[in-house]
Amino acid sequence: MSVNKEFVKFDKVDKSYDGKILVVKDLQLDIEEGEFVTMLGPSGSGKTTCLMMLAGFETPTHGEIYLDGKAISSIPPHKRGIGMVFQNYALFPHMTVYENLAFPLRVRKIPKDEADKKIDKALSMVSLQGFAERMPGQLSGGQQQRVAVARSLVFDPQLVLMDEPLGALDKNLRESMQYEIKHIHESIGVTVVYVTHDQSEALTMSNRIAVFNDGKVQQLSSPDELYEKPVNSFVAEFIGENNTFAGEVMDISGGKCKVKIVNSEILANPISVKGKGEKTKISLRPERALINPSDKMDNVHSGKVEEVIYHGDHTRVRMNVLGNNQFILKVPNSSANMDIKLGKEIKIGWNSEDARALDPK
Amino acid sequence: MSSETQKILTTDGIPLEVSLKKAERRNKIKAFLLVAPLLFFLIITYVFPIGDMLMRSVDDKMVTEMLPKTYKAMEKWDGKELPEEEVFKAFYLDFRQLVDEKREGKLSTQLNYTKNGFKSIIKKLRRKSKNFEEGNYKEQIMAVHKRWADVEYWKAIKRRAPAYTGQKYLKGMDMFKNENGEIVSVEEDRRIHRILWLRTLEIAFFVTLFCFLMAYPIAHLLATLPMKYSNLLMICVLLPFWTSLLVRTASWMILLQQQGVVNDFFVGIGLVADDARPEMMYNKTGTYVAMTQILLPFMVLPLYSVMKTISPSLMRAGKSLGGTPIVAFWKVYFPLTIPGIGAGCLLCFILAIGYYITPALVGGASGTLISNQIAFHMKSTLDWSFASAMGLMLLAGVLAIYWVYNKLVGIDNIKLG
Repeated sequence: MSVNKEFVKFDKVDKSYDGKILVVKDLQLDIEEGEFVTMLGPSGSGKTTCLMMLAGFETPTHGEIYLDGKAISSIPPHKRGIGMVFQNYALFPHMTVYENLAFPLRVRKIPKDEADKKIDKALSMVSLQGFAERMPGQLSGGQQQRVAVARSLVFDPQLVLMDEPLGALDKNLRESMQYEIKHIHESIGVTVVYVTHDQSEALTMSNRIAVFNDGKVQQLSSPDELYEKPVNSFVAEFIGENNTFAGEVMDISGGKCKVKIVNSEILANPISVKGKGEKTKISLRPERALINPSDKMDNVHSGKVEEVIYHGDHTRVRMNVLGNNQFILKVPNSSANMDIKLGKEIKIGWNSEDARALDPK
Repeated sequence: MSSETQKILTTDGIPLEVSLKKAERRNKIKAFLLVAPLLFFLIITYVFPIGDMLMRSVDDKMVTEMLPKTYKAMEKWDGKELPEEEVFKAFYLDFRQLVDEKREGKLSTQLNYTKNGFKSIIKKLRRKSKNFEEGNYKEQIMAVHKRWADVEYWKAIKRRAPAYTGQKYLKGMDMFKNENGEIVSVEEDRRIHRILWLRTLEIAFFVTLFCFLMAYPIAHLLATLPMKYSNLLMICVLLPFWTSLLVRTASWMILLQQQGVVNDFFVGIGLVADDARPEMMYNKTGTYVAMTQILLPFMVLPLYSVMKTISPSLMRAGKSLGGTPIVAFWKVYFPLTIPGIGAGCLLCFILAIGYYITPALVGGASGTLISNQIAFHMKSTLDWSFASAMGLMLLAGVLAIYWVYNKLVGIDNIKLG
């Protein structure tokens, strides 16, 4: 059986609320069947609007959304058959857990014994057997969250949307729920579109992540690729930690470029620079820069230690390198690295491959 | 340390309980002193007048005090045949005393309430009794008028013997105690109070219903519109609320009268002929329209305060789970507004049931309520005990409604704001 590569398809979708500002601009996004796709971005980036358009609570100003090949813009939300988990769970407070779960089945006129089986299955999926007769108000935040997930899945939708579902939970619970949702997704193979502004959540759970900013998808790729190979400065800065150098391209040759920074030069990997004289911003992950570099590294510079923060398993070192005094270095906790002291000049180095020359923004 | 069962002592050896009470006493006294003025105020302005009203509604001492000797003598009378001379003599003595004090008129009024026909025979008795000779009063009194020889009239006097009576309550229900002490209804064509009670309930019910039907969409709009529009709408709802009741009622009179704005409009658009303008005032219609408008804010506000707390994502959840907008509304939104509906309806109904000014001004004959009848007895007939009795029946009715509401919906479910 071939997998539908375009199970959900946003085709040139624009959205404006007031006729002046485009909240979503020319969105082009394909989601594969059975995939877990996260829309990640700062608030106001248009990710929730995209989700609401998919759910049917907002209509695209231009363009069309396809679900399993069918255009759905003119289908009202209740006929789309899409499960949804809301930010504040949106459990019906006057119904028991059982009644909450029975609601989507009742409106679909599913016979009671069959519905009961589905409800049992859904509750056991989120390990909440025995809670059927409770009212939502009697449950903890995490339990309410599970009920909301169970309710969105109980009628076997092909697609489930989740709108920052873990936002209201505390850190530990949030992490365990992340795994739980991920496992549920893996075990039943439903397609999930997940919205969050929490990057670690996105990296943990998703097959692919769409990074939104300014109404546009900046990058759509797997978590590792997103982290290792950001295609522009926004993604590089939004995902994970980042050391940046702004400079001007001096020369491009053999898959490397020479970038002039203040009075010095850096060898970098040209990602979005094409020719000489272009302004660029170089992005380097802190863990890719090493102290006491080996000879093989093609970038070796020295810097002054400005701050040392002990983190147990590693030490964060803030240095002044090439005029950038926010240069962060993550040094593993080992006896070899004990001599890093405040104010000391040390040598650091990195491979030009890891220094990505991106747009200057 | 000591075992759990032992009495716990504080460090200086006083039992903990005693010490705690001591420490709390001062706070309790302070708290009481804080509420004391209000408590005092409530007792003076609320408990005391209502208690007085209750007493007044059952108080029937007037006749008892006017005829002390008669009732003493009547104690031995079995109430079947005409009483003995002894009773007639006592009655004569009491009556002379009243005539001397010029109070026999009040007696005749009071006795006439009990049985028609007393007025004239007492007047006659007053004239004739001046010339009574001593002894054999029975003969002399019976000679004044043939009704004085009728045992029914003596029974009527005896019925007024107790110092307390529930007859005003019976009268409020168009019933009375007949000669044999049975409770019966008055003749069909004199049952005005029952009609009024039923009409009061009916008008209160429909006014509440109309208020609900109009307020629900308004409250929903208020709760869902963006702030800048909802504030304006809220002012529109509250503005009439801040206007004097009399002004509002008077403006309805201007609008609804036969030569009024609404009728002119109907004629203008050709809905009704000029010579067949409908009467929309001085009848039930006027009462309905004016009361609904006046009580509307009392329904809107509790509904609004409840709807404000319902997250819009609940409706969305209902729809995304497959419910049509109607199903989502009916199964999700509506049940959540029930506390507001309960509060609004209870408030409107209770206010409507005792409404006075508006029905008095626009209600005419067919649109007046029981409260207008109460006012009538307070101001015109001066039968305060009857007015009190009806007032208390109204109060009891309101309490009964409250009780039923509590049983059905639960009073802690109510949300007023």
